[in-house]
Amino acid sequence: MTVQSTLERPAQVHRGGRRPRRGVGSRLWEASPLTYFALVIGMVLSVFPIIWAFIMATRDSQSAYQIPPPLLPGGEFSENVSRVIDAENGIFLKGMLNSAIVAGVITISVIFFSSLAGFAFAKLRFRGRNALMLFIVATMMVPTQLAIVPLYLIMMALDWTDSLQAVIVPFLVNGFGVFLMRQYAVAAVSDELIEAGRIDGCSTWRIYWHLVLPALRPACAVLGLLTFMLQWNEFIWPFVVLTPNNPTVQLSIKIISAAHYTTDYAMVFASTALAMLPLLVVFVVFGRQIISGIMEGSVKE
Amino acid sequence: MAPADSGTAPAATVAEGLTQLTTHVGSPPERETPSRPGGTSGASRPAPRFPRRTRLVRLGRFEIKAAPYVFIAPFFILFGIFGAFPIGYTVYASLFDWTLLAGNQGFIGLDNYTRLFGDALFWNSLRNTFGIFVMATVPQLVLALIIANLLNRQLRARTMFRMGILAPYTTSLVAVGIVFGFIFAERYGLARYLLDVIGVGEFNWRNERLPSWAAISAMVDWRWTGYNALIYLAAMQAIPRTLYEAAAIDGARPWRQFWTITVPLIKPSILFTVILSTIGGMQLFTEPLVFNYGRIQGGSGRESQTVAMYIYERTFSGTFNVGYGAAISLILFLVIILVALVNFTLVRRSIRTTEE
Repeated sequence: MTVQSTLERPAQVHRGGRRPRRGVGSRLWEASPLTYFALVIGMVLSVFPIIWAFIMATRDSQSAYQIPPPLLPGGEFSENVSRVIDAENGIFLKGMLNSAIVAGVITISVIFFSSLAGFAFAKLRFRGRNALMLFIVATMMVPTQLAIVPLYLIMMALDWTDSLQAVIVPFLVNGFGVFLMRQYAVAAVSDELIEAGRIDGCSTWRIYWHLVLPALRPACAVLGLLTFMLQWNEFIWPFVVLTPNNPTVQLSIKIISAAHYTTDYAMVFASTALAMLPLLVVFVVFGRQIISGIMEGSVKE
Repeated sequence: MAPADSGTAPAATVAEGLTQLTTHVGSPPERETPSRPGGTSGASRPAPRFPRRTRLVRLGRFEIKAAPYVFIAPFFILFGIFGAFPIGYTVYASLFDWTLLAGNQGFIGLDNYTRLFGDALFWNSLRNTFGIFVMATVPQLVLALIIANLLNRQLRARTMFRMGILAPYTTSLVAVGIVFGFIFAERYGLARYLLDVIGVGEFNWRNERLPSWAAISAMVDWRWTGYNALIYLAAMQAIPRTLYEAAAIDGARPWRQFWTITVPLIKPSILFTVILSTIGGMQLFTEPLVFNYGRIQGGSGRESQTVAMYIYERTFSGTFNVGYGAAISLILFLVIILVALVNFTLVRRSIRTTEE
């Protein structure tokens, strides 16, 4: 009803020399100085703890006790980093390396299996398609973390505890990836493209590999970024199934912080800052894609 | 009609296989009808013109039927082994007297569950989880709504603001725990300093219940507010602006427009974040663990031990009681479903949509 009334009274809206595309309601869309002020405060609160971790990483441990707390970087960064590298028999670098392997393998696998399944759900006809897709969406809502006890028993039975496959294999697929890819493929892959492939005698696999996958590339990038971030930050399962001999990066900084929290703040913060650094770089470079991934992934749910 | 060498396969199916081959895989069959004048059923379709390719075609037909299942199989196989099976196995394990130290001592029925109801430490952890969940979720979602509303304007440096707000999302829970653990350090620490400046007294951030809940909630809020704000923003951008113009003509002030147009129309997103926050909040583990310097008991008197931490303590320390840990996990699972349903209903009822 309200929509109609606007449409019937366009003249009123645009009267008074306003530019045609802006109506009375456009005041709502103008950002007042107060808007900027509130957003800047929000941004500072969001970014400050991260920057602060880096500041503390460049100072000596005594800075931790200073009142008021220091807000400028110091010159101790390289000393702090060298202590991080030596800490607990080099646990930090080992963790970084392991996490790069784990997150990298999982990211490639999730992209591959999700695009494959997403393509099938979006563009191929088969019995049970809708029911199976619904099931996949439902799995996104199941807190699988609660099944951690039996998962640990499985890993013991496989003799995988303290090995990287224990933190890789359970995460090779996920429902969110399939869902995201399906949503994207519905719009991005035209039926004509697949038809053309069929006429040329392509198998379904060749159609996927040569026609569909290139069309899905933007969604693959978004899914890859989100997956890599999630896996790099994963903590609980590695904490359960791995040991300090073979940690991921998050486990390594948890161990370092638990061991040195009261004795060497500077080093604890240096390790935390270094562990955050790769994702911050990724975020600065690919921020737009990550934001669009989060925003688009949510609208469709 | 059908080629002579079609063998045992009925002519209609071969023809259908061919049509499938030569038409769009994903398109509805109705679209094909105009191109087949006079043809009303599969059996009356024109014969294929290249009989020599039939074997290939049959192979292709099988491939077309099988390929979708092959493509989706990896998900179901891996999810079955590492997702569904462990969940089912949790039910099984919870019915046994089973510790990693003593091994499986046999079936005990519901004993783990009855024991749970008399376990003061479990109730304590449940209370902590609820307290932190409420203190973390309510301000977080309200703040996210406000931020999204601010971002939903014609802004300079739009991407910069969005990235700034989302930056906490890129940090790990461990890093958040370490940094905030230090902000909320006893005797020194940024929070203590700031509270001193505004003249509020000292808090024992770890060994007192409410302060420890507040500190942990602050971490959760810090990390998730921006993420939720972007989800709301996405929904807000889908609202047609004519609605606001109409409301403005009718004399509705921006605040009223926000409550009568924006909030009802992004209700699905709000419900979505409520469900996500419930699932995440009720399983809270890493933040309180790292905040308490890695002590699985939470504070010295278990002031901030959550249920997830208690499950870990029972399962992976002491007697490594797998059966009992599984029972708590299942109860937590039921609690999550219950709380999610209650929250869902509450929020859905409290937001009036325009049709009502």
